[in-house]
Amino acid sequence: MWLNSVDFFIYDFLGLSGGLADSLHFFVYDSIKILTLVFFIIYVISFIQTYINTETVREYIKGKSQFVGNLLAAIFGILTPFCSCSSIPLFLGFTQARIPRSATFSFLISSPMNNEIAIAILFAAFGWKIAFMYTLFGLITAVVGGYVIGKLSRDEDILIDIPYMEHDGVASFEKLPFVKRVNDAWKNAFGIIKDIYLYVLIGISIGAVIHGYVPADFIVKYTGAENPFAVLVAVIAGIPMYAGVASIAPLVEPLTSKGMLMGTALSFMMAVVALSLPEAMILKKVMSWRLIGIFFGIVGFGIILVGYLFNIIL
Amino acid sequence: MEIKVLGSGCCSNCETQMEIVKKALATTGKFAKLEKVIDMVEVMKYGVMSTPAIVINDEVKSRGKVLNEQEVIALFV
Repeated sequence: MWLNSVDFFIYDFLGLSGGLADSLHFFVYDSIKILTLVFFIIYVISFIQTYINTETVREYIKGKSQFVGNLLAAIFGILTPFCSCSSIPLFLGFTQARIPRSATFSFLISSPMNNEIAIAILFAAFGWKIAFMYTLFGLITAVVGGYVIGKLSRDEDILIDIPYMEHDGVASFEKLPFVKRVNDAWKNAFGIIKDIYLYVLIGISIGAVIHGYVPADFIVKYTGAENPFAVLVAVIAGIPMYAGVASIAPLVEPLTSKGMLMGTALSFMMAVVALSLPEAMILKKVMSWRLIGIFFGIVGFGIILVGYLFNIIL
Repeated sequence: MEIKVLGSGCCSNCETQMEIVKKALATTGKFAKLEKVIDMVEVMKYGVMSTPAIVINDEVKSRGKVLNEQEVIALFV
């Protein structure tokens, strides 16, 4: 229905045709559809988040066995909001609670990668199947990657002494009434949309240009099935890029509709959101280059595997 | 009353929270020793991982989100 009204508006009412019309159509249709859906999904996740914070997650993972700890850490990574500013307090806080490094890294991988905004945009553009697959593979990368990094890391890779907790801080402010949670979630979702809408629109605009003007042959040739190295190149190109997931995710749809393989597109997106140079600089304050190298190497490798796997099964 | 605003020193949220606490103090006319803590080792001692957090008289009162003026005033002693 929404597609029909946009069709009517662009092609009949404005009487446009050709590349410009296709671009404009894509922009109007996608921006409104994506923003609306993303808002609702983020609203639901924000509501769940009022029950979960990193401190409670830490309590929960503490003392769990290797595999269970990693898996829980990765799952909680989906539900907790992430900004690269929070990676250091998180890393230190988990270490402080004597959570094994493997679980800590599972969380550090999962939290930015399985970002609620990424999942919401994928859901809006492709439906639940792709969003679910992305999340599932993100989880697997986080669990396995965390395990391997935990095995390879040494104590001397941690550059600062972790302080003991001196104050007992878990007070009763966690117990919020239901109505307050609903309101907080609303406020939070609204705030996130306000923060990201411009980036989403920029992403969709670039997507619209691709949609209307970039020839499919070009995309198929470099990123389609003909190029066996597409995933590898996409991930290596994605790591140093520091773009918000809000701008990258809307590109997946126009790129894949023009022939880029889904796995390649999703790997690129994972690489952009999960690994970035600014994050490496931030982490350098607390861990050695060796460990950061291992972290980026293992996650990069995992994402490449996921990309090829996706390309095979989809 | 001793108030500390804990932050990671990296995003603007902690700055925002600091300003709101100042405003809340001005509104209520209360006196407090107000301090911003962005040294991670100090922040960790409170067991806080999600910032900004508000600590009043060494007790963590809020964390992980920016409170508005009314919410801050409700925490005052």
